[in-house]
Amino acid sequence: MHAYVQDKPSPELKPPVTQVGAIGWARNNLFNGWFNSILTILTLLLLWKVVPPFFEWAFLDSVWTTTHQGCKEATGACWSIIYRNFRFIIFGFYPYEQHWRPLLAMLILIGLLFYSRDRTHWNKYLGYGWILGLAFMGVLMRGGILGLEHVESTQWGGLPLTLLLSVFGLTAAYPLGVILSLGRQSKLPALKLLCVLYIELIRGVPLISLLFMSSIIFPLFLPEGVTFNKILRAQVAIILFTGAYIAEVVRGGLQAMSRGQYEAAESLGLNYYLTMRLVILPQALKIVIPPTVSILISAFKDTSLVVIIALWDLLKTTQSVLSNPEWMGFSREAYLFIAILYFLGCFSMSNYSRKLERELSRKD
Amino acid sequence: MTDGDVTTAQEKVPFWLDPKKRGIMFQIVVFFLVGCLAYYLVSNTLINLQRQKIATGLGFLNKESAFEIGESLISYSSASSYGRALIVGALNTLKVSFIGIVVTLILGAIIGVARLSTNWLVSKLASIYIEVMQDIPVLLQLFFWYAIFYESLPSPRKALCPIDGLYLCNRGVAFTVPEAHPAHKYMFLALVVGGVLVYLIRRWAKRRQERTGQIFPIFRVGLGIIVGFPFLIWLAFGAPTAMDVPELVGFNFKGGITLSPEFIALLLGLVLYTAAFVAEVVRAGIQSVSKGQREAAMAIGLRPPLVLNLVILPQALRVIIPPLTSQMLNLTKNSSLAVAIGYPDFVSVANTTINQTGQAIEGVALIMAVYLIFSLSTSAFMNWYNKKVKLVER
Repeated sequence: MHAYVQDKPSPELKPPVTQVGAIGWARNNLFNGWFNSILTILTLLLLWKVVPPFFEWAFLDSVWTTTHQGCKEATGACWSIIYRNFRFIIFGFYPYEQHWRPLLAMLILIGLLFYSRDRTHWNKYLGYGWILGLAFMGVLMRGGILGLEHVESTQWGGLPLTLLLSVFGLTAAYPLGVILSLGRQSKLPALKLLCVLYIELIRGVPLISLLFMSSIIFPLFLPEGVTFNKILRAQVAIILFTGAYIAEVVRGGLQAMSRGQYEAAESLGLNYYLTMRLVILPQALKIVIPPTVSILISAFKDTSLVVIIALWDLLKTTQSVLSNPEWMGFSREAYLFIAILYFLGCFSMSNYSRKLERELSRKD
Repeated sequence: MTDGDVTTAQEKVPFWLDPKKRGIMFQIVVFFLVGCLAYYLVSNTLINLQRQKIATGLGFLNKESAFEIGESLISYSSASSYGRALIVGALNTLKVSFIGIVVTLILGAIIGVARLSTNWLVSKLASIYIEVMQDIPVLLQLFFWYAIFYESLPSPRKALCPIDGLYLCNRGVAFTVPEAHPAHKYMFLALVVGGVLVYLIRRWAKRRQERTGQIFPIFRVGLGIIVGFPFLIWLAFGAPTAMDVPELVGFNFKGGITLSPEFIALLLGLVLYTAAFVAEVVRAGIQSVSKGQREAAMAIGLRPPLVLNLVILPQALRVIIPPLTSQMLNLTKNSSLAVAIGYPDFVSVANTTINQTGQAIEGVALIMAVYLIFSLSTSAFMNWYNKKVKLVER
């Protein structure tokens, strides 16, 4: 009779092969249960039907640098339409030799945006930098001084116009929106009524009706002889429209402020203006940064509507290429290209907004 | 000291230091400025209208329109009045919005649920769809679908026929419908009567359950009534099964129902775009119900359908409905982009009217008024609904 004592550790067993690694992952994420298994198989079948033909069309059989003749013979995508008309699609009717100017302006804008990504860079000087940068971009586009040839704004078009409409639209709409939302929260009944009417009226109608108004009715509002150019009028419509949406977003921030903040400011003896500027707005505007970015995204997308009042933005230049008999019938390629441009813009913005949201929520 | 304080308080305060009076002053000033601006704009406009000899007023609504409209729900010809043309446009807007909203809700709910699926592949695909569709302007999507329709599909003579009775060509989609029969009118009537009846039964069943605790199988009975009533009428009329099949006559299809490429491109663009937003709303709503709610419901012994019906959905819907209505409203407003691809919606018809009569102010005002009516009635519904589902706390 003797006791059995295990004095050596038993050898380590590897986990079953069906639980870890690629197989385990597939079992847990793709084939957990009969319903998910069927779903996975159906999805894979669908992907098999769609992806390889698309790949073949877009890459294997496609032509990239041919003329329109080569496109007619090719069986796949005709990316040559982009290659051949690239500069017209991007810059529109801007004089050909002067294309470096809008290009430089866009690079400055992208540089400024990129630099502003980091929240530690947000200070007064960045604000001045933006004002300087925007002014410089305006000079670059317009010309007429510094030895630059003057370019009429009727010749502006393509991507610079799209960016111009959205950047200036938002920078001007933001203060308007803040003022409107303060008016809406105000204790003065008449002022409140005015702001509520404005906000609800604008939010109730489609942007296109405002654009119509700016292009057809606005000239009637002005005394004889005074005219604004079409781009500025569309810009005003976009500002008035976006302002109302920003007002609603900012209102959310204002409503999230506790009463204590107002009372504390009041007990310090601050007047209305100082209360708002030093206590309420800095906190309220910080809360609403993420929804403001999503307003920016939709403003960027909405600039495409100016096509309807015949401004030469990115979409319109593309359509004009497509109406050229040489390139007729290649809409898919052209529109896909534009879609990718818009997607890159919007996607980077929404990614940034998510990042910002995470940072802000971590801080609290 | 105290005496001094009292006297200063009773001293007359100059009006610019009295917040109340200052507020009134400020409002008067703002109103005065706004009034001045309005007066300036209106007087300019009146002068300009007179100078350019543009007629004013809504008198043009009764004049002959002299333009054709491609598709219309009510009878319309170029001899009809502008007023009727605008009504046709408004009905077309309602038609595309209504169908669009129904399809969007279904598609959006499916994608939103797929986004939360435990199946990695499905949830990844759904999130890619949401991200891509949200980031491409809806107008570009409309152009894209319209171009696909025009460039990729053959002419009516070589129309594709994937299923019997369904034809795809660059003039639109033609499909088979049951031939018009008097029974249809009565079937529709029966459907409405059935709906009202089910509503009444549901109210009665709810009250009885509150009183006695007895549960009435409302879903099965309701489905039976709603499907059964029209079916009985159909049988009573001798079960007509004649079908109206589209046929190629000359260059186009006759018979059946033909949907124009403009309508389909508009519908497709609006639905695919808005469904991405609806999916996000649905996902957020479902995620807003905490896990504990489901576990608690299962712990008290509710069956899975009841867990969903009595615990999860009522809480999720409270979060989902408000942003959902605003998405539906967005779809309706975005349907105004129809003007860019030539579908005769309200904006498009109003635009033609403006071009023909030159009465831009009235035209744009009409557009704004119609959309305001849509959005105000939606927000009225929203307020009613919010009041109805508000948490009743004891």
